[in-house]
Amino acid sequence: MTIAHHVSDDLLVSYAAGALSEGWSIAVATHLALCPDCRQRSSAAEAIGGAILEGLGGPAPEAGSWETVRARLTSAPAEAGQRPVIKSPTLPQPLRGYVGSDLDGVRWQMLGKGASQLRIKTGDRRTQVRLLRIPAGKPVPEHTHGGRELTLVLAGAFHDGEAVFARGDIEDADASLTHTPTATAEADCICLAVTDAPLRFSSWIVRLVQPILGI
Amino acid sequence: MTADGPTDKSMTELLLAVGRSLDIDAFEALFRHFSPRVKTYMSRSGGSASAEELMQETMVAVWRKASLYDPSKGAASTWIFAIARNLRIDAYRRERRPEFDFNDPAFVPDADPAADMVMTAFEDAGRVQRAMASLPEDQAAVLKLSFFEDQSQSAIATALNVPLGTVKSRMRLAFVKLRAVIGGDPS
Repeated sequence: MTIAHHVSDDLLVSYAAGALSEGWSIAVATHLALCPDCRQRSSAAEAIGGAILEGLGGPAPEAGSWETVRARLTSAPAEAGQRPVIKSPTLPQPLRGYVGSDLDGVRWQMLGKGASQLRIKTGDRRTQVRLLRIPAGKPVPEHTHGGRELTLVLAGAFHDGEAVFARGDIEDADASLTHTPTATAEADCICLAVTDAPLRFSSWIVRLVQPILGI
Repeated sequence: MTADGPTDKSMTELLLAVGRSLDIDAFEALFRHFSPRVKTYMSRSGGSASAEELMQETMVAVWRKASLYDPSKGAASTWIFAIARNLRIDAYRRERRPEFDFNDPAFVPDADPAADMVMTAFEDAGRVQRAMASLPEDQAAVLKLSFFEDQSQSAIATALNVPLGTVKSRMRLAFVKLRAVIGGDPS
């Protein structure tokens, strides 16, 4: 399996900087778990942070700072991560942790036309994060979006025009793109979809017509 | 940094010594070098925790995790930056920073372990710094706002009064130039 569609440079740089909000970061981090090439690019982006840190001047730490830190040092060995092993899960970390289980434990919510979703809670109010299950051969429902949309394939595949997206591939769509991603015929397609959170209007009239206008 | 000052390479050696044998003298040298830098980094976001406290947290974490440091993945400054960044997010944001997990059975390791070894150029953080100094002002500003001020792309667009697409393209252009240096382009 070779990943053909990667995370864009601007997302990688923002993620490395620590400036990317949680919702987008879930898609980026989950793609990184599946894509060694992008992990190399991500390390390169972090090196920018290292160079910026190295170039910072600053006041000397407070008097006694070293002594305080020294007193807190213990000879305890570094925390090594040994966890119970799930056999070949479909959902990699960090996504599996957000979902709370692997795919078999997901409690899907029906969307109609055979598609279903799971909303994923995050601390990030600027994005909407969902797991989608699209029946084989069917299009992704209600995918109009006002801003950016990241779709990461976890199982099955979808095609969008000429391009095919399979496990690990990420589609990065902006508002200008009119597209009709459709699951391939062989199997259901499971993907992670992150979008800008829908705009919230303060006026109740606007809120009332919002679903009709599709904004 | 003067020619007599500690080099990137010596910082990497010091960090490795801490990881190998909890070498307290090596750690003190790292502390003297990085604590003012980390403190400045921590002072850039408003918040309740003090920059001094967050700096101390960072340095204690450096001590505790030093044995996990892998020099093929980056310079000591890069590794310490990542620790400081994560602590800053924990302190100032209500959000988490999701990360991949090497120990996860679904994690896809690099098929070519030798690829890790081409990263020796990472050791020279000074080269990256010089390359950054040569970036056009508008590209450098976008990087600084991201890495130092923790600003989202849309916040940067608002701050600089440019379209979001301009922020993204400046990031891409800067990253392409820096990668030519960071990746140790043989040409």
